[in-house]
Amino acid sequence: MSNKPDLRVKLGTLELKNPVMTASGTFGYGREFESFVDPELLGGIVVKGLSLKPMAGNPAPRIVETPGGMLNAIGLANIGIDEFIEKRLPLLKGLNTNVIVNIYGHSIAEYEGLAKAFYGIEGVSALEVNISCPNVEMGGMIFGKDPAVSSKITEKVVKNSDKPVIVKLTPNVTDIRVLARAVEESGASVISLINTLTGMAIDIERRRPKLANLSGGLSGPAIKPVALYHVWQVVNSVKIPVIGIGGIMDYRDALEFLIAGAKAIQVGTANFVNPRATLDIIDGLKSYCLEKGIDDINEIIGSLNG
Amino acid sequence: MIDQHTEIVFNRKIKSGIFLLGFRSPHIASESRPGQFVMVRINDGIDPLLRRPFSIFDVRDKNTICILYKTVGHGTDILSWKKAGEKISVMGPLGRGFSMPDENRKAILVAGGIGAAPLHFLAGTLKFRPMEFMAGFGTSGDIIPLSQKTGYAAGISIATDDGSQGYPGMVTGLLDEYLSGDTHGKDLMSIYACGPSAMLKKVSFIASHRNIPCQVSLEALMACGLGACQGCAVKIQSQDDQPFYRHVCKDGPVFPSHIIDWSNI
Repeated sequence: MSNKPDLRVKLGTLELKNPVMTASGTFGYGREFESFVDPELLGGIVVKGLSLKPMAGNPAPRIVETPGGMLNAIGLANIGIDEFIEKRLPLLKGLNTNVIVNIYGHSIAEYEGLAKAFYGIEGVSALEVNISCPNVEMGGMIFGKDPAVSSKITEKVVKNSDKPVIVKLTPNVTDIRVLARAVEESGASVISLINTLTGMAIDIERRRPKLANLSGGLSGPAIKPVALYHVWQVVNSVKIPVIGIGGIMDYRDALEFLIAGAKAIQVGTANFVNPRATLDIIDGLKSYCLEKGIDDINEIIGSLNG
Repeated sequence: MIDQHTEIVFNRKIKSGIFLLGFRSPHIASESRPGQFVMVRINDGIDPLLRRPFSIFDVRDKNTICILYKTVGHGTDILSWKKAGEKISVMGPLGRGFSMPDENRKAILVAGGIGAAPLHFLAGTLKFRPMEFMAGFGTSGDIIPLSQKTGYAAGISIATDDGSQGYPGMVTGLLDEYLSGDTHGKDLMSIYACGPSAMLKKVSFIASHRNIPCQVSLEALMACGLGACQGCAVKIQSQDDQPFYRHVCKDGPVFPSHIIDWSNI
């Protein structure tokens, strides 16, 4: 079998065998889907967001389905970096794929601590920084909504890390391009977007929020058009590579993001619906290229006709 | 565990709002244990988006898996219209099922409404063992005729909240009465329960009060079924003030009742 089409893409120094990755929080710590997906077939896996200390997460109910999507308020539950490095990372080491660790802190100092904790750790290809969480020091305001704070976090992580730094942006802002430029100027290697859109759902019988946390993050096909537009805007306002995320269910969705200019994509909620979604997307991209006589997937990236 | 695009063998209305669906999967059938569940993709499109979890009700002829379900919303309503021969994607078997009782223990099965589903599979597996199966329903019209229409032959003691049939009152009252009168002694029993959370809380209380081991099968809203999304959290008793959660899909759905933090249920 020939190697055509060539699906390899580059995100700065990060080399991917294809543009398909898993989105943080939807693929566990990398092994939960092993009955369905060989991680070595993917461009990369992004593990569940990690904090310095373990986090229990929010009370139940944590998820609810909405038309074409789902709201989640998991509360960033995770095992913490110590257990991850000690027990989960060894299961991922040696895999011929990119393992990307998603990190989040409750203060700028915590982000710095997380970057340091992964300094020199082998088997981690890059860090993805989740800046869409509440700033405990500043009364719970979301870090990622403030360009100055987003810059500061990016700067600290980049300075204390030996790995490429991907910054994941929240769409819950007035103009995402401002945030994108801010993190680019502060040294981010790559930008990924979008994180979930804040929303809520109400139980009309009990007149109570359906989520124990009241609000949650909307994901799934319902958000795809919004995500696509945000990605297109960011691609056209920064020079660094962009990873497109948001409601990608199949290869057609993935292609829309690539055509808009994303160099790679992440698959999130689709993993829950179809555990093989990532592999189906890779197969679909191959067939599309073959059908269109495209030898290199990079020919598609940013090929949107005006 | 697999995800299979499989054929519906039958989808029968048992009574108003209650359906029994069978699908063909020798693989899932051979691996399934009582208390485990499957995630069903109701439609290939995006409505509904997420899969729905269903306890395994029965395995027939080593190739057909049965689920007993109640139409409670959009997803189950669509499912109830599916016909034999149609295809659906089913992932399973998932989760940790019931631990079987020791040889000398009598199994006490306590069901609330549609919670009878996983206990029916357990009862079928235990069929030659000492067992007591009791099931509670709101009123006589709600009773799911498990024994006649589903092939389960042993007798089931019925309780109805309004007293219209069987024991008058909740199934937990029937359980309490049974345990008070039982002559086997408390050391020789194990309780297995599935039903609404308020009922399970009460069963758990009765079991711990009498020092009888008890396993409960829990239900939760769930997205992945594989332990990845952490959506189906259940609060566990913890030593300190820190909240601690486990996940119904992977750590459960069956848990020893004493580890659950019932305070907010």
